[in-house]
Amino acid sequence: MTDFPRDAILVVVETLASGELEKAAAGLFGAAAAVGTPVALVLVESGAETAAAEASGLGAARVLIAESTDPSALGVPGVDALAAAAEQVQPEAILISHSLNGRDLAGRYAARSRAAVCVDAVGVSRDEEGVVAHHSVYGGAYNVTSTSTFGPPVITVRQGSIEARAAAQPPASETLAVTPSGKPAARVDSFEEAVAATSRPELRGAAKVVAGGRGLGSAEQFALVDQLADTLGAAVGASRAAVDAGFVPQSQQVGQTGVSVSSQLYIALGISGAIQHRAGMQTAKTIVAINKDADAPIFEIADFGVVGDVFKVVPQLISALEARKK
Amino acid sequence: MKIIVLVKEVPDTYGDRKLNLETGLADREASESVIDEIGERALELALTYADAHEGTEVTVLSLAPEGATATIRKGLAMGAASAVHISDEALRGADLGLTAETLAAAIRRVEFDLVITGNVSTDGSGGMIPAMLAELLDVPLATGLSSVEISDGTVSGTRNIESGVQQVSANLPAVISITEALPGPRFPNFKGIMAAKKKPLEVLTLADLGISADNPDAARSIMLAVAEKPPHAAGVKIIDEGDAGEKLAEFLIENRLA
Repeated sequence: MTDFPRDAILVVVETLASGELEKAAAGLFGAAAAVGTPVALVLVESGAETAAAEASGLGAARVLIAESTDPSALGVPGVDALAAAAEQVQPEAILISHSLNGRDLAGRYAARSRAAVCVDAVGVSRDEEGVVAHHSVYGGAYNVTSTSTFGPPVITVRQGSIEARAAAQPPASETLAVTPSGKPAARVDSFEEAVAATSRPELRGAAKVVAGGRGLGSAEQFALVDQLADTLGAAVGASRAAVDAGFVPQSQQVGQTGVSVSSQLYIALGISGAIQHRAGMQTAKTIVAINKDADAPIFEIADFGVVGDVFKVVPQLISALEARKK
Repeated sequence: MKIIVLVKEVPDTYGDRKLNLETGLADREASESVIDEIGERALELALTYADAHEGTEVTVLSLAPEGATATIRKGLAMGAASAVHISDEALRGADLGLTAETLAAAIRRVEFDLVITGNVSTDGSGGMIPAMLAELLDVPLATGLSSVEISDGTVSGTRNIESGVQQVSANLPAVISITEALPGPRFPNFKGIMAAKKKPLEVLTLADLGISADNPDAARSIMLAVAEKPPHAAGVKIIDEGDAGEKLAEFLIENRLA
């Protein structure tokens, strides 16, 4: 058996249909490198070599490759691989993305191994006893730290929350031997890959976000939000009201039940700022709001508030910004 | 068909939610307690199926403090046939692992075909209980379903992941979790509210379930520190007099945000 570093942090990443690692991978390795030596467990369906190279490039000192023998079995092969990897590596902590698949993996593994989970972390650090997870709770109203009573904590990390990146490491990968548990799994009957329709930054982890609410009035008029976002190189978000009204898909929802953002800049257009929306964006560094209603609660947390008509203010803002670019 | 729906009492997201800065636990006095909306949607899914399929029995299951009876009764008023309320002082501050173990023990007491939960709660944002339950109950798991078809021996649905959309299916018994894309809950009517008072609501303790809260073999998640973050303060607010767009542009450029 090969020796793994004593301060190994096991980072579990899955590959996308394209063969690339999931987008959260860079942040996971960045977080791991700050508290120990990142060891990757890469769950692949095919294309093990490119995935291993990508993991090394993102900072994995060692890469374990687990190729699923049954790709249509949902989740269970990944859990079996994680159990085998944790056994071999004996890590000080396990980091997984707080994505849907990541949560399933962490939850099943923790229940199987009786490990403790620290969920939806926005950072990790180390104290004299081990690795500690940092959380932003109740929509950023509280900062909380947690860890496990003993054994490596299984920490799921909020997507887009880690800015640190690890230095690339020389390639060192090996295939992980996995004994299937035979646990019953759901089947993936078909899969349709999402086509990236836009060159805009992704909402999760974006440095700038322009979001629109019910005040935009219609799906057509929501284009104003897109225009300002493109002028600023920002991602596009929306309030739940705008999603419920069908202006944009649910994946763009910012708030309690949508995406949480902590961007450098957040511009809220025609968003009243219901408490559930604020729970998803109030940790942004600079908040700008434009709304017709002077009493809209969004102004209570806006660094720069404009009481006015978005259809007048925003076009003027765009041309002023475009003029400066020339 | 026997369907168990998990509901969770949470602080209402329409108000300020507080953590006790000494214990780190939710301050239940500080805000209204309600059934988490996603749990109501899960129950709506079960009830819609029950409405169309005679012989379906829907039970709501909740792990909550003693005072949560009213929110659990709301599930009965909506139309569930029975409710199970797990309540024990030793569960105060229980982590996800202990919570899942306890829920799994309660589910194991009955023959079930399907367990339905919300994908993620509004208070803890963990979204991990469904996976833990599937592992402990040794059944298939299909999470984050934005559409669901329940039939005699199987459940299937649409599962949105970051890279695309999966169609998934599982043999029953199974655990599924649903997203906000599913229909919102019905309002309990007067008849439902009256009927709820007569429906069985069983209260269980850890001893009833044979669970020990301080099992030395299981690692637990513990909170080390909690601190309140100062709220984001308001800055300037101007009323548009025809030049607000220009002024905002200046603000963004001055602050190197454009």
